[in-house]
Amino acid sequence: MKREIWKGSEAIAEAAIRAGCRGFFGYPITPQNEIPEYMSHKMAEAGGVFVQAESEVSAINMVYGAAGAGVRCMTSSSSPGVSLKQEGISYMAGAKLPAVIVNVMRGGPGLGSIQPSQADYYQATRGGGNGDYRTPVLAPANLQEAVDLVQEAFDIADQYRTPVMILADGLIGQMMEPIVWHDIPKRDLPPKTWAANGRGDRDHNNFINSLLIDAPACERHNQELLETYHYIEEHEVRWEELMTEDAEIVITAYGTPARIAITAAENLRKKGIKAGVFRPITLWPFPFKRLKEIASQDSVKVLLDVEMSTGQMLDDVNLAVAERKPVKFYGRYGGVIPTVSEIEAAAEAACGEVK
Amino acid sequence: MSSWVDISRLTVIVGHFGSGKTEIAVNMAMALADLGHAFAVADLDIVDPYFRSRECKSIIEERGGRLIASSQANMDADMPSMPPDVFALFDTPELYGILDIGGDPAGARVLARYRHQLQQNSARVLCVVNGNRPLSDTPEKAVQYIRDIERASGMNIDGLINNTHCCYLTELEDIRSGAQLAEQVSVLTGIPVVCHAVPRKLAEQASDFVYPVFPMNLYMKKPWE
Repeated sequence: MKREIWKGSEAIAEAAIRAGCRGFFGYPITPQNEIPEYMSHKMAEAGGVFVQAESEVSAINMVYGAAGAGVRCMTSSSSPGVSLKQEGISYMAGAKLPAVIVNVMRGGPGLGSIQPSQADYYQATRGGGNGDYRTPVLAPANLQEAVDLVQEAFDIADQYRTPVMILADGLIGQMMEPIVWHDIPKRDLPPKTWAANGRGDRDHNNFINSLLIDAPACERHNQELLETYHYIEEHEVRWEELMTEDAEIVITAYGTPARIAITAAENLRKKGIKAGVFRPITLWPFPFKRLKEIASQDSVKVLLDVEMSTGQMLDDVNLAVAERKPVKFYGRYGGVIPTVSEIEAAAEAACGEVK
Repeated sequence: MSSWVDISRLTVIVGHFGSGKTEIAVNMAMALADLGHAFAVADLDIVDPYFRSRECKSIIEERGGRLIASSQANMDADMPSMPPDVFALFDTPELYGILDIGGDPAGARVLARYRHQLQQNSARVLCVVNGNRPLSDTPEKAVQYIRDIERASGMNIDGLINNTHCCYLTELEDIRSGAQLAEQVSVLTGIPVVCHAVPRKLAEQASDFVYPVFPMNLYMKKPWE
């Protein structure tokens, strides 16, 4: 199959169209402007709808509406814009509406910087909106994975009737890489009998709603959601691990910092330090079980969590490791990218401390 | 000594984003240094916030060149501000200049601002073509891009650079298929092919190419490379 060179943001947009996305609603923000730009001329060709909304708040509510009508739809933004969408995401979780939300993260808090960051991990995995809900969060580390995960995200959303988030750092949005368009296995999805898309010959009207004013009814609804989340935790966990079999130090990292960590681990091995890398692909559900097993290996003396944040995934790493082994942290933030040599130095320091 | 690189004092690099304009611009600047010219690189990319020639500041300055870019305060902002010292290129007759322009017609629009000065100085506008970019992978699509860039900038494109790369996976076959594309574009537009950009490690194998082969070093590295 033909290799093509794509820019991350436009590849994410093309992947969505190929997955059958026929509604895109968004508002521009760097570093993901090429997603709405690409959608603005390609979505019409695909027979879908593109709307540049007047704000992120209206964009996510347009997604709510289109998803409620049973249309595969998506919105994308970057950190401050995704903050604005949180209310809508909570409503969609409550109303059990499938859609894909792409966050190409930049430095924060507030308007922050336009350079790459990973400081929205808490927001994405803990639910930035109100209520007891979770959203599956997929974190690509390269453009091939980004286009594959975006396509699958629509199936995950439809299967579980939930918003799904693609959490990418700014580098994924802006860099160029070769990709191959190959067939993504399609899931066996139930028909959207719940969609409010005209009564037709149904004997009842469908309602899309997150208001359950009767407390016991609202509790039952939460119970149903919880069962779905437990099922997702059992069936949708993904990760990648490299050189962990005999590792004395395991570097945990997601997204593009994991690639920097891999280069660092290879260099460390040349220096005689057995380093491995554990890369969560799903941030929720987090691969707790596998990381716990790795942390329990006799070979592993210490873990080093690396992020483009002050330490957010670090909480989940600590939950998984549960003090079996020491966990160190190295982060750059605000839009600064950690270098290979910085990670090597942090790993060497971590190994030195536990010897 | 003269080569295709210094035929004109000022060279403007345009093209699709991701076609490799910045890598071409920095490599051309290094070639100007090799030829012994005083040189400057002007980063006029107002479209892309990442991967711009201003990131190669130290490489340019190490060779005695000058980087013309927005002030430090604006380095990481996506504001359409032009550095005032672009005019050094027009006012300094012995200075060779490479102008690295942002991608697409949107990026090329900044040229309209300098059109008269560029024309007075007989600047040459070169368009980078990458046949692996899906939005310009057929002669018709590439010609449409060229026409859109010309319309946005108000300038004619004088030459084509075949830079059909595939990042770290570039093979000679990529460049050969890009050469075919560039030649078809040339036939359709009358714009000559100026050179084929080839990674340095593959340059020896490209001795049969009709147009000059431009051996490229890769300066724009990703953080893990």
